Amino acid sequence: MTQSSTPMSNKNSSQEYKVTKEQAPVYSRAERKARNANTRGRFGLVLYVILLLLPIYWLVNMSFKTNTEILSGLSFFPADFTWENYAKIFSDSTWYMGYVNSILYVSMNMVISLLVALPAAYAFSRYKFIGDKHMFFWLLSNRMAPPAVFLLPFFQLYSSVGLFDTHIAVALAHCIFTVPLAVWILEGFMSGVPREIDETAYIDGYSFPKFFVRIFIPLIRSGIGVTAFFCFMFSWVELLLARTLTSVDAKPIAAIMTRTVSASGMDWGLLAAAGVLTILPGMLVIYFVRNHVAKGFALGRV
Amino acid sequence: MQTKVENNKAWFLVMPVFLIVAFSAIIPLMTVVNYSVQDIFDPYTRYFVGTEWFKQVMLDSRLHEALLRQFVYSITILAIEVPLGICVALMMPTKGRGASLALILVAIPLLIPWNVVGTIWQIFGRADIGLFGAFMSSLGVDYNYSSNPTDAWLTVVLMDVWHWTPLIALLCYSGLRAIPEVYYQAARIDQASRWAVFRYIQLPKLANVLVIGMLLRFMDSFMIYTEPFVLTGGGPGSSTTFLSQALVQQAIGQFDLGPAAAFSLVYFLIILLVCWVFYTTIMNMQKDK
Repeated sequence: MTQSSTPMSNKNSSQEYKVTKEQAPVYSRAERKARNANTRGRFGLVLYVILLLLPIYWLVNMSFKTNTEILSGLSFFPADFTWENYAKIFSDSTWYMGYVNSILYVSMNMVISLLVALPAAYAFSRYKFIGDKHMFFWLLSNRMAPPAVFLLPFFQLYSSVGLFDTHIAVALAHCIFTVPLAVWILEGFMSGVPREIDETAYIDGYSFPKFFVRIFIPLIRSGIGVTAFFCFMFSWVELLLARTLTSVDAKPIAAIMTRTVSASGMDWGLLAAAGVLTILPGMLVIYFVRNHVAKGFALGRV
Repeated sequence: MQTKVENNKAWFLVMPVFLIVAFSAIIPLMTVVNYSVQDIFDPYTRYFVGTEWFKQVMLDSRLHEALLRQFVYSITILAIEVPLGICVALMMPTKGRGASLALILVAIPLLIPWNVVGTIWQIFGRADIGLFGAFMSSLGVDYNYSSNPTDAWLTVVLMDVWHWTPLIALLCYSGLRAIPEVYYQAARIDQASRWAVFRYIQLPKLANVLVIGMLLRFMDSFMIYTEPFVLTGGGPGSSTTFLSQALVQQAIGQFDLGPAAAFSLVYFLIILLVCWVFYTTIMNMQKDK
């Protein structure tokens, strides 16, 4: 913004910014306004976060209640505090194996996505090659493919290659939307690293793989953290494909929740407890990447 | 943007990605195309019917309704989530413990599996055991998402806003963090109003991330399936039957593979077209910089 756009400006600014050490800080009107706006902003944020957390609080609240108490009406705290719902989950192997299965395929997906996306993102950020733009859009278009469209063909494909009901099948199927996103995010981060660094490393006698692992990867560490977070997030929350491609051995927790519930009527307490447990791993992951997130959520493209 | 070197060997670096995505993308897509032109009785009896299914799909009024409902829904949630997300991002603290705490709290809904999101709102919206439902009825509103179509539709919108506004907020937040302090200092010297700072400094800098956020949100809202399925099962009537639901009902419920496949392709093309427009916009914006 230029000076001319606010003609009032010169009057005050020359005095305001000559604050010496002895003087108490003098706040201009704009600054006072900004501070007021900040307090209002804090208030708004707190309100938003409370509204955001209310449904989750309700879930946690219900998970500590017995079914009779839940159905008897509305209450903000469990009167009859019980761990029974959680105990049921941790003592039944179909339940807790669901969590193990989910975590297994999500980790596999994260590793595969990162391994294939790293070199590809490097290629996209550094080189021009035949069809690079088309390739990039084609990759992205897979992120857009509605899972509902591909449900049946997926089932047929994975059954015919003998991967049905394995963790790797779900991990691979989820790659269809995690890999394009991973390439996209990593490419943004890599483009932020000046190519002089690559050239210097080659002059110093580094081979490409050695340069990539020793120098380049540490430079984009936070990008990798954020990519892993996104892969985790989208693979963890997806249910449709995961449910279609598994039946017993690799069934994800989300699918177990839907089935058990419909079989035994509505066991609200158990359902709530299972729901609470699905939120925890996500919270752990976001806790670990929180420092990278501010930069990385913008996909490195700001 | 940096200048790039021409190097076709870079294809070797892209190969793994190509192979892994192609495995899960090309063969199923071919299968869908194959279905869409055949009439299938069982795995061994099938007839080539040409574009018959496409004609049928194009004239199916149920699908028209689902498509219309889908567009209205996607536009509604974008219209709510984008401004709200920007506001939340502007309110989030930038420094210290408060910043990471706010970040974690705001991000929580994103990490909940979609069917759990449905379950949460299923409980939360019930008038007898849920806080939101009870709140609405205490206001004197006869609210019941499982029997009133308008309530059901509004609940799905509310659920989506609750679930996905954090994504927009976090994207904008990181966009805001990337604005150098100098811009704000200049604005202070000019005594620019809060609105002017937003309009001429923050918004232009956010444009890039906003396009990404809107692109992701549009794609995902267009594919929404699990949440309304858990919440209302597409009903009451067909008030929350979005495209994916209509498709699954047709493919799995009625086992009309041919029409369902044709429908899938039309559906995919619509998303592709809209996203192509978005994508070219992003690319052009980057070229301008």
